[in-house]
Amino acid sequence: MTTLPAPLSGSEHNYLSRDYHVLSWLLTKDHKRIGILYLVTITAFFLLGGLAATLMRLNLLTPNGWLVEGATYNKLFTMHGVIMVWFFLVPAVPAVIGNFIVPLMIGARDVAFPRLNLLSWYLFTIGGIVALTAMVRGGVDTGWTFYTPYSTGYANTYVFLTATGIMISGFSSILTGLNFIVTIHTMRCPGLTWFRLPLFLWSLYATSIIMVLATPVLAITLALVAAERMLGLGIFDPAAGGDPVLFQHLFWFYSHPAVYIMILPGMGVVSELITCFSRKRVFGYSFIAFSSLAIAFFGFLVWGHHMFVAGESTYIAFAFSLLSYIVAVPSAIKVFNWTATLYKGSISLETPMLYALGFIGLFTMGGLTGLFLAALGMDVHVHDTYFVIAHFHYIMVGGMVMGYMGALHFWWPKMTGRMYPEWWGRFSAFTIFIGFNLTFFPQFILGYLGMPRRYHAYAPEFQTLNVMSTAGASILAVGYFLPLCYLIWSLRYGPLAKANPWNATGLEWQTTSPPPEHNFESIPTVDQEAYAYHLMEVPDAR
Amino acid sequence: MRVKNTAIEWETGLAQQFDDLPQQHEAATLGMWVFLATEILMFGGLFTAFTAYRATYPHAFEVGSEHLYRWIGVGNTAVLLLSSLFVALAVHAIKHGDNRACTRDLVVAAALGVVFLGLKSIEYTLDIREGLLPWYHFHPEGANDAATKLFLVFYWFMTGLHAVHVTIGIVLLLFFAALCRRGEYDTEWHNPIEMVGLYWHFVDIVWIFLLPTLYLIKPG
Ligand SMILES: [Cu+2]
Repeated sequence: MTTLPAPLSGSEHNYLSRDYHVLSWLLTKDHKRIGILYLVTITAFFLLGGLAATLMRLNLLTPNGWLVEGATYNKLFTMHGVIMVWFFLVPAVPAVIGNFIVPLMIGARDVAFPRLNLLSWYLFTIGGIVALTAMVRGGVDTGWTFYTPYSTGYANTYVFLTATGIMISGFSSILTGLNFIVTIHTMRCPGLTWFRLPLFLWSLYATSIIMVLATPVLAITLALVAAERMLGLGIFDPAAGGDPVLFQHLFWFYSHPAVYIMILPGMGVVSELITCFSRKRVFGYSFIAFSSLAIAFFGFLVWGHHMFVAGESTYIAFAFSLLSYIVAVPSAIKVFNWTATLYKGSISLETPMLYALGFIGLFTMGGLTGLFLAALGMDVHVHDTYFVIAHFHYIMVGGMVMGYMGALHFWWPKMTGRMYPEWWGRFSAFTIFIGFNLTFFPQFILGYLGMPRRYHAYAPEFQTLNVMSTAGASILAVGYFLPLCYLIWSLRYGPLAKANPWNATGLEWQTTSPPPEHNFESIPTVDQEAYAYHLMEVPDAR
Repeated sequence: MRVKNTAIEWETGLAQQFDDLPQQHEAATLGMWVFLATEILMFGGLFTAFTAYRATYPHAFEVGSEHLYRWIGVGNTAVLLLSSLFVALAVHAIKHGDNRACTRDLVVAAALGVVFLGLKSIEYTLDIREGLLPWYHFHPEGANDAATKLFLVFYWFMTGLHAVHVTIGIVLLLFFAALCRRGEYDTEWHNPIEMVGLYWHFVDIVWIFLLPTLYLIKPG
């Protein structure tokens, strides 16, 4: 692939060993170190968000909600939603994996604006601390959607502080997106044309476009909510001439595209993993590449499907329903292309591949149930029920978290220079898959039977399915806890990683594991397509 | 053109992640345009909400608009346009290597920005005196309904956000004027001047949209 000499493994001067001082981390402009900073931060947030979910699931063991009061339950699901959406899922793959991998993948020394990159981590952390402060001081009970006029006029919890925290972290996501767009445009190494880019970059590029175009609308909407809450201006208050549905329009103009911020990067990861572990060139490269852009584009035109029962005109609802069907097409294109890539490949089932396969199956289920919700009649029936919860958890957790875990295992040797224990990796991938399905599949049925979301108690006939769901959640928790343990263990005791332990294509594997401070000994050049696995010699041994 | 290897040679103004100045220039320019796109979407949210309410309450918004000082709004438009001209002249000057003229033009542009803020402050003071501030002794003359108040909420919010942008712009203009005076820029390397110019033009354009949206609602 490149004209480089074979890289040395375990180089003395890598980005980790360069300097051990704390300040060398806190003031770093190295994209790899910033990726690691993000990794540590979002892992902490994931644990907090998971804790809230654990308490909710425990509470739902009995129909009367034995563990917490209704008000506390409201705060728990708000905390879970706010943390998981803005402080875990949105930054997970872009800010951790993307930050680490993008410059390596394009053969650059760093991102285009390293200082902005560091600033984005600080904004993220400060935003997170502000939001956490709100939760510690008493929490918020509006749900992560902050619907008006409840959030502006009635809730007496920490809406202002939480909204401020989210707004601050929003700017970090804007800066990350801006950095990726400019980096991918201007810093590709010689020979790396657009159509030789790994598909991960196409999906991150599409994600970045959404980040820079949608997030500012969220920022200004939350600013209006905050202003209204502080000053009582009546912007979204029907009693003062304001329109609460306008808030929903503005909010979902961000938050539906944000769903694609949370899933597109996972799709990019899957394209990398499927090709590598089936030793094949990808089927339909340009279809997968352009479907990312199509998702980004159509994703901006479907927000109204969240308001089918909120007083939208029938005609606009019809249009939004149609567009929501259309946005499913590029996603389906990806699934078909991945499947075709697997066909007649020499498949090996290492941990990252298990996650990628899990992604395809679970994402497909999440996507297909999304079509149920895009249908006007069906949506009225299952609106605000557990069906919706199950649907988007199949996308967000079954899709994105699977993609993130796959990416973490795949690039872990590159990031740390160590291999994780393969057996434990596979074991926890299976555990997560089983636990996930047991947690969320019953929720489809619960929702279809009419159990509404966001209640701390429920009718007794729903108990069996709820107990199943809670049992699944405890398996899922074990599945997430194991990687936390063995990945940390591997930092010290894992076998040293070779430069290219998976025999993968892609420039990031052409440098040492972990890479030197400036990524490459000399700038690489590219003379062939991505995923040229068919041209690769058969590897001797892993 | 690849002129640099990992071994870092420092050229004037060249950051180490780039290969050469043209690449850095391209990156900075694209970065600024992307940033301006986010700004457009941020103001866009406000314009959208405003438009939705204006369509709902057309008459009340005309009444609200009549409270504003149209002549100050128009005057301020002229001031900002003039300052944009000076920023354009500054970029032109540094492209020809004229540091002195560039510094002077940037300072004049910043000064015009200050004039804008001064006029805006006078206007705000008059507004408050007439009871047009929705959360402080609100008592506009004539019709005082909820929709007129909504108009004024957006007036304060939109012009306020714009004024924040003007303030940031003035600081940036003066900062880069100081660097220019120190001789940091020349015909080869003057990217930051162009970038601050782009930002300033954007601030100007936002105002050009705010003027008809807020001040010139009433037909005829
Ligand atoms: Cu949606």
